[in-house]
Amino acid sequence: MAHRKTAPPTPQATGSRDISLTIPVAPEMEIVATAQAAALGEHIGMSRDKIDEVKLALVEACINAFEHAHTRDERLHLTFRVGREEDGADWLEVEVFDQGQGFDHLRLEPPTPEQTFQGKRKRGWGLQIIRSLMDGVQISSGDWGTRIVMRKYK
Amino acid sequence: MSDACKVSVERRGEVAVLWTDGYINNQGGEEIARESYRQLESGARALVMNLEKTRIVNSIGISILIEVLERVMDKKGVLAFCNLTPTIDKTFRIMGLAQYASIYPTEEEAFQAVSARV
Repeated sequence: MAHRKTAPPTPQATGSRDISLTIPVAPEMEIVATAQAAALGEHIGMSRDKIDEVKLALVEACINAFEHAHTRDERLHLTFRVGREEDGADWLEVEVFDQGQGFDHLRLEPPTPEQTFQGKRKRGWGLQIIRSLMDGVQISSGDWGTRIVMRKYK
Repeated sequence: MSDACKVSVERRGEVAVLWTDGYINNQGGEEIARESYRQLESGARALVMNLEKTRIVNSIGISILIEVLERVMDKKGVLAFCNLTPTIDKTFRIMGLAQYASIYPTEEEAFQAVSARV
């Protein structure tokens, strides 16, 4: 895990439009956040099923942070962006940033259905679900916290 | 919050049909588990879960559904899901729930399938 004193700057997407939202670390606040993702998804004409995938990925990122990050400010900082590639492809991007203790995602062993059903390890699926549902996922983490940037194309 | 999952149930012989309405997280999952265990204890041998009115099931909710499935399997029973959104269907497959429980497009198909197995 790369350690930094401060969070690295967010990569800026050319021509994107941003909306920021801060939510407290509290039960079901993740659902509040999904409303914003849905509104932006509808704005760019994304299908309802794809919006559902973004919403679930966002839920998983939030509950991971709620449970494991131990944030210093008891908040999650969310940024929603919509933009368009040069080839015309529209996208919706969600960034989840916490000022928590960070983690080394490269050293996490992904769970398997066999472990889930035969053993006691029924949790730990969040990142795998996020990666399966989104078109691009970037994770950076250190002692400054964790930033997950997830993109879905329309 | 207002999106808390509500669970209703109808017993049809040895089959219990459960309908969910809302977000299935830890609380919603536990509500489903409570009702499922109540049905199993009172003699149900098969459960049909109709998720038509649920659009998000998070991984905690799914882990509780897996515990319900394990309890059903311990009792040699049957569990089937129906009316899943494509996203829920995909997530159930990612976590392996679809390997051990059956998924049907409609409640009627699910009911007929489990009825034939109990």
